[in-house]
Amino acid sequence: MAKPSFSDEIANLLYAAHGNPIKTCIQCGTCSGTCPVADYMDHTPRRIIGMIMANYKDEVLASNTFWYCASCYHCTVRCPAQIDIAELMYALKRYSIWKHVYPEELIGPVFSETFVKTIVRSGRSYEPILAPAYMFSFGVREFLQEAITATGLMLKGRVPILPPRIKRLENFKRMISKVIPVGEAS
Amino acid sequence: MKEYAYFPGCSLEKIALSYHLSTIETSKKVGVELKELEDWNCCGATAYFHVDELLAYTLCARNLAMAEQENLDLVAPCSACYKNSYFTNLHLKEDPDLADHINFALAEDNLHFSGNIAVKHLIEVFAQDVGPEEISTKVSKPLDGLKVAPYYGCQILRPRKDNEEVEQAEFFEDLLSAIGAEPVPYALKLCCCGGSLILTSRRAALSMVRNLLQNAMDSGAALIATACPLCQVNLECYQSQVNQEFGTQFSMPVMYFTQLLGLAFGIPAKRLGIGKELVSATPLSSYIK
Repeated sequence: MAKPSFSDEIANLLYAAHGNPIKTCIQCGTCSGTCPVADYMDHTPRRIIGMIMANYKDEVLASNTFWYCASCYHCTVRCPAQIDIAELMYALKRYSIWKHVYPEELIGPVFSETFVKTIVRSGRSYEPILAPAYMFSFGVREFLQEAITATGLMLKGRVPILPPRIKRLENFKRMISKVIPVGEAS
Repeated sequence: MKEYAYFPGCSLEKIALSYHLSTIETSKKVGVELKELEDWNCCGATAYFHVDELLAYTLCARNLAMAEQENLDLVAPCSACYKNSYFTNLHLKEDPDLADHINFALAEDNLHFSGNIAVKHLIEVFAQDVGPEEISTKVSKPLDGLKVAPYYGCQILRPRKDNEEVEQAEFFEDLLSAIGAEPVPYALKLCCCGGSLILTSRRAALSMVRNLLQNAMDSGAALIATACPLCQVNLECYQSQVNQEFGTQFSMPVMYFTQLLGLAFGIPAKRLGIGKELVSATPLSSYIK
């Protein structure tokens, strides 16, 4: 049996939508024109779809494009070919985490994995635990600016002191282990 | 009295506490009872969907199943919680195999998803279920002459749910008019605030925030009104970083729509969490008794 093409792999990486019609892309560029982050991406959304169809797997996975997607879904609601482009970006994120292939300088993958670990442990998110995932990659200036913002929030009583947790945490953890093997969750 | 299951979400516990406080105060005034879900969990934000979709649906399904036990529609004040809960509800209803798989996990917490409730954003409850007409009858201190930029952000309207219009929304404006405020034409009202990029792709997000602030200023707004904790934090708390990064001098307050409603209803500012801002709400001072 022939190996599925990269575009087939990515198109079928969605449980819920039962596939994303990537191959119907007409390369019109509405997504790139709409995207508020396109200027910061290595390749625009239109281009990344073109690259997926042309089987440029390594180049796609080496790009920052999908990690710069903010999930605003503006491209999705405008695509004339009904491709859910924001979901496609999610699929690429999952694929790259699953394969553990992403550019080292990106904060997104580490941040997402840290976030998930926090929720698996306590059921709720807690900003101070997330900070190391991105703060250490900052330069001195950014680090100071972020510290000033955090201090301002603290003084206004907007930062939690203790990590919150749900009550039925044991049930919650067992529930998660039924869906996916998460190894040592706690 | 309309009753809903209220899912505040993680942000409203602390960083967006003023949204929580003003939601509780204003909903009572318009005859809406919000019954907080007893042991709600995080919706997974965007991060969970980055890592594993099935796990993300399971998290949201747990909250939905708890609302189903109460036989109440679920209301989320945060756009991300809303979007995640809404689409989990939809996908699980459409895909019985997916629902079966997730119900197998939910059984560990003695819960079951059946798909018999609706999911709403808090602003939909005010703008549609209650409606601007009803809201205007509760106003005792109209915010006359206050120019407000209605900022919808992304995930209240997108992705599209049915076949509805997602580029020409007006309900936020109608809500502001109902309390006497003047909604200004805000061209970027549907554009993204950057979401979690503020932490992961800082430069990109700060420039998105700068555009939104500039556009609000250019449209003559005294403040921006929002219906999402992440939008509020990005636009307000990162304003000083935008100023440092781009040499701008923005001092644009960013308030939750429920805080504005509350002031118009005559609720004391403190009970609406006003005073917790990093950019002080000076344009509101003449409306605060």
